[in-house]
Amino acid sequence: MGKKIRVLVAKPGLDGHDRGAKVVANALRDAGMEVVYTGLHQTPEMIAESAIQEDVDVIGLSILSGAHLTMFPRLVELLAERGADHIKIIGGGIIPDEDIARLEEMGVSRLFGPGTDTRDIIEFIRKSCADSVS
Amino acid sequence: MGSNGGQDLQVLIERFEQGHATAAARLITILENGGEPAESVMDRIFPKARGAYRIGFTGPPGAGKSSLVLHISQLLRRRDVQIGVIAVDPTSPFSGGALLGDRIRMQRLTGDPGVFVRSLASRGSLGGISNCTDEVADLLDAFGKEMILIETVGVGQSELEIAETTHTVVVILVPESGDGIQAMKAGLMEIGDVFVMNKADHPDSELAAKEIEDTLRLKNVPDGAWIPPVVLTSALEGRGIKELAESIEKHHRYLEEEDRLVEKRRRILRSRVRSAFMDRMERKIWDDPSVREILSERIGDVYEGRLSPYRLVQELEKRVKIE
Repeated sequence: MGKKIRVLVAKPGLDGHDRGAKVVANALRDAGMEVVYTGLHQTPEMIAESAIQEDVDVIGLSILSGAHLTMFPRLVELLAERGADHIKIIGGGIIPDEDIARLEEMGVSRLFGPGTDTRDIIEFIRKSCADSVS
Repeated sequence: MGSNGGQDLQVLIERFEQGHATAAARLITILENGGEPAESVMDRIFPKARGAYRIGFTGPPGAGKSSLVLHISQLLRRRDVQIGVIAVDPTSPFSGGALLGDRIRMQRLTGDPGVFVRSLASRGSLGGISNCTDEVADLLDAFGKEMILIETVGVGQSELEIAETTHTVVVILVPESGDGIQAMKAGLMEIGDVFVMNKADHPDSELAAKEIEDTLRLKNVPDGAWIPPVVLTSALEGRGIKELAESIEKHHRYLEEEDRLVEKRRRILRSRVRSAFMDRMERKIWDDPSVREILSERIGDVYEGRLSPYRLVQELEKRVKIE
């Protein structure tokens, strides 16, 4: 059967704007990936736990509430604590440029702003999984 | 990293035995990907499976399968039962991708170390579950889970493999299934050990439940045979969950009488070995280049009408050498 790229798409925190997350989830599915969609109002703890049980290669978070500087670092920390720091974290939403640089320094692989072509996200995921997935 | 994430199998198994969820999850991925590595994992895991009870939840899309799995899991957790949940969603035959959305309804189970939830894509299997569902259930069993709840994809009439995988099958219907129930008589209606009429908050639900009871009663059953009960539930309001759990337990107790469960487990294993054997034979046959060669050489004759498809099958059969 061969390995498939598995991605968890989640919306942490309190904002309910899930259109972006759904568009990305659908695009990744259409690109042949297995997408675990966990829906709204996730805590970083829930996301880490789900990602571990699902053995995903990548976690994609969508944040439009301004809570990115809390959510992303907490998730990085939780994955490291649980021995799952091989899982790459990407994200999207409304995130100011200066915060993007900070978050990428803290261990977030890549952040995609509004207007991103879903093909760029697909390509990024494929490239970053190339060493673990045939 | 290699294909096993750089960790060799021995290390993974050791970590699995120590109870690490990351190791269990990675081993499930290996089982999903199949082939020789999956067989090596099974060699190690299968003897450790302790015989967890397996309950299947099946029914049409949107009937409330995930929500009922959540409710039953929560009830079992209050009794301190260790739970494994396997939730299957369909793989797209066009892209090979899948959207696995069953966790949305099961969020409240996340964070409880007594529950392990895994979503599986059906990956080309047409029976309503994934081909590796049995193996993943074995693994969760060996991981210490006492009850394994397996949710199928949303089914129509003929995706019935869940009956060959689990000990109690719960068929979930909704009042809107309406006339659809008639059509399902031949398939889905025959595999249920417990029937659920979900959405009891709907005004037609009691009537619909009665119709199912009537349909079930039409069947001739020998004395002492199990007669599937019909339970009214509302996953939305959490109604009827205790009654559903009681019906499942009653069926479990029924199977434990007169060695029925032992027989059922043997039958399930037999059908598993059979289908694994058939898979392997099929692969062996198509891996033989002379078989493929004859097929492409002679298919033109079939197209021109000089040869019937069945004569070509006989020619192919003669070429098959199975050591």
